[in-house]
Amino acid sequence: MQNNNIVIETHELTRRFGDFTAVDAITFKVSAGEIFGFLGANGAGKTTAMRILCGLLSPTSGKARVAGYDVYTESELIKKQIGYMSQKFSLYENLTVKENIQFFGGIYGIERRELKEKTAELIDRLGLHNESNKLVGSLPLGWKQKISFSTAILHRPQIVFLDEPTGGVDPITRRQFWDMIYETADSGITIFVTTHYMDEAEYCNRVSIMVDGAIAALDTPAGLKNTFNTNSMDGVFLQLARGAKRSE
Amino acid sequence: MKVFFSFIKKEFWHVLRDKRSMIILVGLPIMMILLYGFALSNEVKNSTVAILDNAQDEASHLLTDRFEHSQYFSVVQYLHNEKEIEEVFEKGKARLVVIFPQNFSDGLAHSRAGQVRLIGDASDPNTANIVINYASAIIRDYQAELIDNQALPYSIKVETRMLYNPQLLSTFNFVPGVMTLILMLLGAMMTSVSIVKEKENGTMEILLVSPMRPIFVVISKAIPYMVLCFVDVLIILVMAYTVLDMPMRGNLALLLAESLLFILTTLSLGLLISAVVNSQQVAMFISLVGLLMPSLIFSGFMFPIENMPLPMQIISNIVPTKWYYSIVKSIMVKGLDFSYVYKQTAILAGMTLFFMALAIKKFKVRLE
Repeated sequence: MQNNNIVIETHELTRRFGDFTAVDAITFKVSAGEIFGFLGANGAGKTTAMRILCGLLSPTSGKARVAGYDVYTESELIKKQIGYMSQKFSLYENLTVKENIQFFGGIYGIERRELKEKTAELIDRLGLHNESNKLVGSLPLGWKQKISFSTAILHRPQIVFLDEPTGGVDPITRRQFWDMIYETADSGITIFVTTHYMDEAEYCNRVSIMVDGAIAALDTPAGLKNTFNTNSMDGVFLQLARGAKRSE
Repeated sequence: MKVFFSFIKKEFWHVLRDKRSMIILVGLPIMMILLYGFALSNEVKNSTVAILDNAQDEASHLLTDRFEHSQYFSVVQYLHNEKEIEEVFEKGKARLVVIFPQNFSDGLAHSRAGQVRLIGDASDPNTANIVINYASAIIRDYQAELIDNQALPYSIKVETRMLYNPQLLSTFNFVPGVMTLILMLLGAMMTSVSIVKEKENGTMEILLVSPMRPIFVVISKAIPYMVLCFVDVLIILVMAYTVLDMPMRGNLALLLAESLLFILTTLSLGLLISAVVNSQQVAMFISLVGLLMPSLIFSGFMFPIENMPLPMQIISNIVPTKWYYSIVKSIMVKGLDFSYVYKQTAILAGMTLFFMALAIKKFKVRLE
C-alpha cells in the first residue's frame, strides 16, 4: 500500500434528495492499488456515494476528487480514468461475448487494433474460446460476472468501482472472482467494492462501514475486529448496524 | 467518431437479432398495405339493392335495368308489396330499396313529374349516404336523357369532375394515412422502448459512466431506427406503386426528404418519452395511447378535421401527423411542389426542434 498516492479523496461529501440525506458528510481517502471495501446495510447510502464518485450524480455539498479530478467540474475526465461494474453484470444479452467485449472496449476509446488484441487475450485468459461467439444471454451467471468485470478493466482504468459484484453467484465462483480482484489490484488498479458478504469484507485491505448515510467505522478488517472486540466482521457489522435508524 | 460507429453497429445487431422487432418493422407496413389495399375499403361496390316495382312499365323497367348493370349495385331481390321492405332490411339482405309508384311512365309523360322513393339502411350512415348518392345519380342521368329529348327553355346541366382521384379510389387516402401512422408508431415506440430497455437492464448506467457523451449515447440509439423507418417508407411506396397502382405524381426526392423530417419528429418524440419513463411497458403505453390515438383522430386520415368542433380543430394543429399526412397527400396525389408544402414543413421542423430540445434537456446526464 502506498499511502502517499491518493486516488480517491472526499471531504464532508453530502447528497440530499429533498429532506432525505442519502450520504451524510463522508470523509475518506483511498490509495492507489488498494482494495477498499464499502459496506453497509441496504439503504445506507453506498450506491449513492459510489454514483457520486463515478460522476453519475452530483453531490449537494462537500468535496471529492477521483483520480485527481474534481467531481463537480471534471466528471468527464473522471470517466476516462475509471471502470464500473453494476450489480446487474450489465452486458448485452443478445450480443456475443466477443461483441460485448469489443463494444465496451470501444466506448472507452480503445483503438481498434489494440482492442482486437485485448479481446483475444481476454477470451484466452477466461478460457472462453468455445463460447466467444455465443450470445451472452445463454451463459451462466458466474461467467457473465467475470466477463462483466473484465470489460470494466479492459481499458486499464486507475480505479474500478464494483457495485455488489458477487450478488447471486455461488461461493466457489465468488472465490474465483476475488482471485481476479487480487490480480487486478496487484497490477496497480485500485478496487472500490461494495458488498453484503462479510467474508468478502475480510478480503479487503481496508473497510468502511456506512450507517444511515454516514461512515460509522473505517479501518483494516483486523483493526475493526480489535476495536469492536469481536473475532469476525459479522460481529463488527452487527454492533454498528444495530444502531441504524433507517431500514429498508 | 469511431466510438460512435461501434455504438451504432451494436444497435443494429440488437434490432436485427430481435425477431420480434424485425417482424414488426418489416411485417407491419406490408400487412397494413395489403389489408387496406385488398380487404378494408370504404369504397362502395356491389351494394345490395331490392326493387319494388308497382309500375311495371317502360320507364321503371329501364331504370331497373340500369341498376342491374351498374357496378355499384347488384339487384338481389324483386319485392311484391310494401310489407316486404321491412323484412329485407331486417334480414340485412339489401342496403337500399328502390320503389317505383304506379303509373310511373304515365306520370313522367303527362304531368312531367315522376316520383321514385329510395329507402336506405342508415344503421351505417356513411354507406347509406354513398349508396343513396349513387342511386340518385343513376336516376338523374335518366332524367337528363329525357330532358334532352324534349328541349326545355331553361336547364342547368351539372358537370362534375373529381380532381386528383376521378375514380374515388380509397387507396389515395390510405397510403398516405398508413405511412403516417406506421412512422408515428414505430419511430416513437421502438426508439423509446429500446432506450428504456437499457435503463431497465442497467446497461444505461455503464454507458453513462463511460467517457461517451450522454447526448451521443442517445443519438446513436436513435440512428438505427431512423434508417429502419426510412426503409419502411420505401417498402410502403414500392408496394403502393407496384401492388396498388397508386400513382406518384409529385417529386419522389421531395417526398423522401419530407418523410425523413417526419421520422426525425417521431424519433424525438420517442426520445422524449424515454427521458421521462423508466419501464418498457409505460413507454409502450404512452406511445400507443398518447401518440397513436391522437394521430388516428387528428391526422385527417379517418375523420375529416373540418367537421370537428372548433376546439378539436385547434387541437389538431399540435398533432404532427396532421401536417405530415397533408404533405404526403399533396405530393403523392396532387403532385404539388415544395412551394405548396413549405408551411407544413416549417411547422414539422419547428415541432421536431422543440421535442428534440425538450428531450435533451430532460435526458438526465446524471442518473437520479
